[in-house]
Amino acid sequence: MASFSTTTTLDEPQVSRGKAGGAPPTFDGGDGGRPGRGLPDYPTRLRRARLGLLVALTPVLMLFVSFTSAYVVRQGLPTLDPRTNQLVRDWIPVKLPTLLFVNTIVLLVSSIGMELARRQTKLAAVAATVKPATEAPISAEGKTPWLAMTIALGLLFLFGQWMAWKQLAASGFYVATTPSSSFVYLLTGAHAVHLMGGVLALLVAGLFALLHRSITTRSIVVDVTGWYWHFMAGLWVYIFALLELAK
Amino acid sequence: MGLGLLVVIWLITLIGSYFIIAKTWWLPVGASAAAAGIDHHFTLTFILMGGVFIAAQLGLGWFVWKYRDRGAGSQPAHYSHGNTTLETVWTILTIILFIGLNLASESIWATERFEAAKPGSVQVEVTGMQFAWYFRYPGPDGKFGATKPELEDASLGGAGALGLDTTDPAAKDDVITGTMVVPVNREIEVILRSHDVIHSFFVPAMRFKQDAVPGLAIHMHFTPIQTGDFEIACAELCGLGHYKMHGIVKVVSEPEFNQWLAAREAEKQ
Amino acid sequence: MATHDFAAQAAHAHAAPQGFIRKYIFSLDHKVIGLQYFFLALVAVSTGIFLSLLMRIHLVWPNASLPLLGEIKPETYLSLLTMHGTIMVFFVLTTAPQGGFGNYFLPIQIGAPDMAFPVLNMLSFWTTFLGFLVLIAAFFVTGGAPLHGWTGYAPLSALPSAGPGEGLGADLWIISIAIFCLGALMGALNFITTTLDMRAKGMTLMRMPLTCWAWFVTAILGLLAFGVLLSAGILLLMDRNLGTSFFVPLGTVNGVLTGHKGGSPLLWQHLFWFFGHPEVYIAILPAMGLCSQLLSVFSRKPIFGYKAMVYAILAIGFLGFMVWGHHMFMSGMSPYSAFAFSIMTMGIGVPSAIKTFNWLGTLWRGKIRFSSPMLFAIGFVSLFVVGGISGPFLAQPVLDIYLHETYFVIAHFHLIMGVASIFGIFAATYYWFPKMFGRMMNEPLAKTHFWLTFIGAYAIFMPMHYYGMAGGLRRYSQGTEVGWINQLWPIQRFISIAAFVTIAAQFIFVFNLFWSMKKGKKAVDNPWEATTLEWTTATPPPHDNFGGLTPVVYNGPYEYSVPGAPRDYVMQTDAPVTARH
Repeated sequence: MASFSTTTTLDEPQVSRGKAGGAPPTFDGGDGGRPGRGLPDYPTRLRRARLGLLVALTPVLMLFVSFTSAYVVRQGLPTLDPRTNQLVRDWIPVKLPTLLFVNTIVLLVSSIGMELARRQTKLAAVAATVKPATEAPISAEGKTPWLAMTIALGLLFLFGQWMAWKQLAASGFYVATTPSSSFVYLLTGAHAVHLMGGVLALLVAGLFALLHRSITTRSIVVDVTGWYWHFMAGLWVYIFALLELAK
Repeated sequence: MGLGLLVVIWLITLIGSYFIIAKTWWLPVGASAAAAGIDHHFTLTFILMGGVFIAAQLGLGWFVWKYRDRGAGSQPAHYSHGNTTLETVWTILTIILFIGLNLASESIWATERFEAAKPGSVQVEVTGMQFAWYFRYPGPDGKFGATKPELEDASLGGAGALGLDTTDPAAKDDVITGTMVVPVNREIEVILRSHDVIHSFFVPAMRFKQDAVPGLAIHMHFTPIQTGDFEIACAELCGLGHYKMHGIVKVVSEPEFNQWLAAREAEKQ
Repeated sequence: MATHDFAAQAAHAHAAPQGFIRKYIFSLDHKVIGLQYFFLALVAVSTGIFLSLLMRIHLVWPNASLPLLGEIKPETYLSLLTMHGTIMVFFVLTTAPQGGFGNYFLPIQIGAPDMAFPVLNMLSFWTTFLGFLVLIAAFFVTGGAPLHGWTGYAPLSALPSAGPGEGLGADLWIISIAIFCLGALMGALNFITTTLDMRAKGMTLMRMPLTCWAWFVTAILGLLAFGVLLSAGILLLMDRNLGTSFFVPLGTVNGVLTGHKGGSPLLWQHLFWFFGHPEVYIAILPAMGLCSQLLSVFSRKPIFGYKAMVYAILAIGFLGFMVWGHHMFMSGMSPYSAFAFSIMTMGIGVPSAIKTFNWLGTLWRGKIRFSSPMLFAIGFVSLFVVGGISGPFLAQPVLDIYLHETYFVIAHFHLIMGVASIFGIFAATYYWFPKMFGRMMNEPLAKTHFWLTFIGAYAIFMPMHYYGMAGGLRRYSQGTEVGWINQLWPIQRFISIAAFVTIAAQFIFVFNLFWSMKKGKKAVDNPWEATTLEWTTATPPPHDNFGGLTPVVYNGPYEYSVPGAPRDYVMQTDAPVTARH
C-alpha cells in the first residue's frame, strides 16, 4: 500500500523538477486565501458544502423524474387482453386521503421553521467567524428553538404520511392493488425516506449543538439541510399535484 | 518496437479484413424479398467502414514506426497544438459519412417497419413460450379466437399450449402447429406474442428478427421468395432452455400450402 | 451533503493519521481510497475473468467435469454470463478507472490536497465494497446466481418461477446494484465538487489535463444515470416481492398464472438503457482521457487539438443520454423512435472519430518512446478503432435486424468498452505505479504482457465478428440444437483457446504488480518526464499531496518539445511558455 513519508529517492537524478539544478517547482507559500494550513475558511467550506448539495440533489431529482416517467407511461399504456386480442387500458385512479392536504400544510410550515433555523445558525456562525476567539454559546443563537420545531414538524409529517397509508389500505388500496395505488405508495414512500434523511441530519445538528461542537460546522450542516428540506417540500408539492391532478 | 507494432497491427488488420472480404463465414443466402436490399446495405457499410478501419489501423501502425524516437541527436517532435481547419474538415466529412450512410438505409427500414402488412397477406400468429414456438392460422373465418392464460395446458397439444378458448366461435377453425408453413412469394403477416418472458423470432435466411413481448401483439411482415426449410432460433434470453428454442419455417408453393392448410382445417372437424 | 468536523480535518491535513485502522481501513485520504478501489477492482476482474474462463470451457467441453465445480449445466452457464457481465461492468470498468485512478490522481492533477468530502469518499468505497459482497453472495444462496443476463430484462428477471437463480439470487443481484448506485453517486458528488471548487490557482478548466476532464464528465454522467438505474431496481424489487406489476403483464410460466397484469417489459428496457448507455461511456471516457495523456507524454508532443478533445468529451457525454433506444430496435419499440435513435447514434460516432483523428495527429511528427504505458495507449487506439467501426453497423436498424443478439454485438462492446478500457487500466497502472509505490514495474515483463494481451485480445474478439455475421447467437449455452450455429462451432473452439492463452498471460501482470511493489527499481519523482502536477511532487506523494505547499499553475498540461525551452518538457508549474502555435 502507499506509504506517506516523503520519500524522494534520487539514485539517478536524471530529472530535475522545474528550473535547473533540481530546485523545487514554483509553488506559492500556501496562501491561496486560506488562513491556516489545510483548513479552508468558513465561506469556502459553506460554498463547497452548498455546491455538494446542489450536485447531490441531481440524482435525487433523477430518481423522481424516472418514477414520474414510469407513472406517465404506465398510465397511458395499453396492454393486450388475450381474450379479445385487443389492447385495453387498465388504469383506475386512486382517491387520495384528505389527510395528505393536512400533511402538506405541516411540511410547508416546517419549511418556514427550517428557514428560520438556517438563518439563525448562519448569523451565529458569521458572528463567531468575525470574532474567532469567542465561541458563541448556544444561548447567543436566539431564544426560539426553530431547529427543534422543524424536527418536530418533520416527524409529524412522516407520522401523517403513515396514517394516510393506513387510510389508503383501509379503503382497499394496497401496494399491489392497482398500478395507480402502486405509484401512490412508491412516490410517497420514496419521498418519506428522503425526508427522514433530512430529519436525521437535523438531529445530528442538534447533537452537535448539545456537544458544543464548532458553530461553523453546525451552521454548515443546518444550512445544507435547510436547502435540502426546502427541496423536499417542493418535491412533495410536485408529487401530490402529480397524484392528485394527473389521474 | 515501432517496427514490431507496425507489423503486428498491419497483419491483424489484413488478416482480419481478409475473412470479411472472402466471406468465409457469412450470412446465409437471402430467401426473402427484403434480403437483397439489406445485403446490399451490408456490403455498402462494409466497404465504407472497412475502408476507414483499414486506413486508421494502417495509419496507426505507420505513424508509430515512422515517428519513433531515433535516439540522441535526432530531431525533436514537432510542437503543434493542432490545426483547426483540418479538424473542421474531417469532422464535416465524418458527419456526412455517418449520417449519409444511415439515411441511405432508412428507406429499407421504412418499407419493412413503417408500413403494415398489405391486405390479403397470409396471417400467422407466432407465440413464444418457454421453450417452444407455436404457430396459429386463423382459419376460413379469418379471425383468431380468444385465448385465456388460465386455460393454458401444454400437455394437451397446441390448442392447450395457447390456452385456446374453445367456447369462442372464432376459435373453432384455428389451426395450431409446431412448424410454420407459408406459401412462397406471398406476403406473410406475422403477429408475435409471448406467454411468459421476452423471446425473439429470428429467421436469418429471411433477414427477419423481432422480439415477442408478453402483453403485446406485434405485427410484422416478410415475403419469402424461395422454397425450402429455414431454421428459426430464439434471439432473446428467455431462461435455461433458450438455446433449445428453435423451429422450422417451411416455405412451399402456394398450391402446396393451400393443400396443407385445408388438410389441417379438415382435421379440426 | 453534510460535512464532517473540520477541526479533525485540519489535524489530518497536517499530519498523516496514525494507527492501522485510520491509515489503511477507514482512511480519509483519497490516495488510500483510490488504492482500495483499485484492489477491489483487481479482485473483481479476477472473479470476472474466472467466470469467463468457465464459460469458454463450457462452450467447447460442455460435458467436462471440473474439479470442485463439477459439470456446468446450461442454466449455470447463464448465471456465469450474468455475473460476468455485472461484475465487469460495475465492479471493474466503473470502479478502477474512476474510483481507483480518478480518486488517486484527480485531486493531485488539479493541485488540491484531497477530495472535497473525504468522509463521503471513504463511505463511497465501503458502500461499493458492500455491493460487491452482496453480489457474490448470490452465488451461494438457494437457486444460485440469476440467469437473466447483466441487462436483467423483465419479465424474466421479475418472475422467480421463470428460471433457476431467479429467486433470492435475483433479489441479491438487484440489491447489490442498488448499493453500487449509492456508492457511485457518492463518488460522483466528490469528483464534481472537487473539480469545480478545488482547482489550484492558475489551473483553469482549459488547463486541466484531459484525464481530469474525462473524470469530471464521467462523474456527471454517473450523477444523472445512476438515479434512474436505482429507480428501475426499486420497481423491479417491488414487482418481485410486493406483487406490483410495473414490468410484468398478464401471463403464465409453465402454464401457471403469475398473478401480475398490465405491466410493460419495455418500460424496464427504457429505464435500464437510459442508464445503460451513459454507463458504457462512463466505462470508456477515463481511458480516453488517459490515452490522450499518454500519447502526448510519450510522443513528446502536445495533444493535437486540446479544445476539440474537450468538446468531444462533452459531446459524447451529452449525446450519450440521447441514444439509449439503439439497444431496443428489435424490442417492439416504435420504428419511428428507432429512426430517431439511430440518427443520434450515428451522431455520437462523430466526436469519437474526432478523438481518434486527434490521437493519430498527436503521434504524427512525434518522437515516440515505447515504454509500457505507451504500448498500452497505442493498443487502446487500435482497439478503439476496431471496436468503434462495428458501431455504425449496429446503429443502423436495418442491419441490426440481423445482427441484434449475435456475437457481432459481443465483439463490438468487448472491444470498444471491455478490452479498450482494460488497456486503459493497464496503461494507468504501468504509468502511475512509480508515483503510487515509489518503484518501477519490470519493463521486460510489461512488454511481454502487452504483446500477449494485444494479440490475444484480437484473437479472441475478431472471430466473434465472423461468428455473428454468420448468425451465431449470444447467450447460447450450447450450439448443438440449431443447425447453422452448430456448424460455426470451430470458431468457438478457436476463441476458447485464444482466451486460455490470453488469460494465462495476465498472471504476468499480477506477478509484476506485486513483485515490483517490493522489489521494483526505485523510482525518481518524474520517471516519464511528464508535465502534469502529480509529477511535481514527491514519490509517493505526501499525505496532503504537495507537502504543505499550494501549486500555482502557469502552463497547459501538454507543453512538450517547446521550441527554445531548455528541456523537451515544461511542467505546468514552470514559468509560462511563450512559444505558441
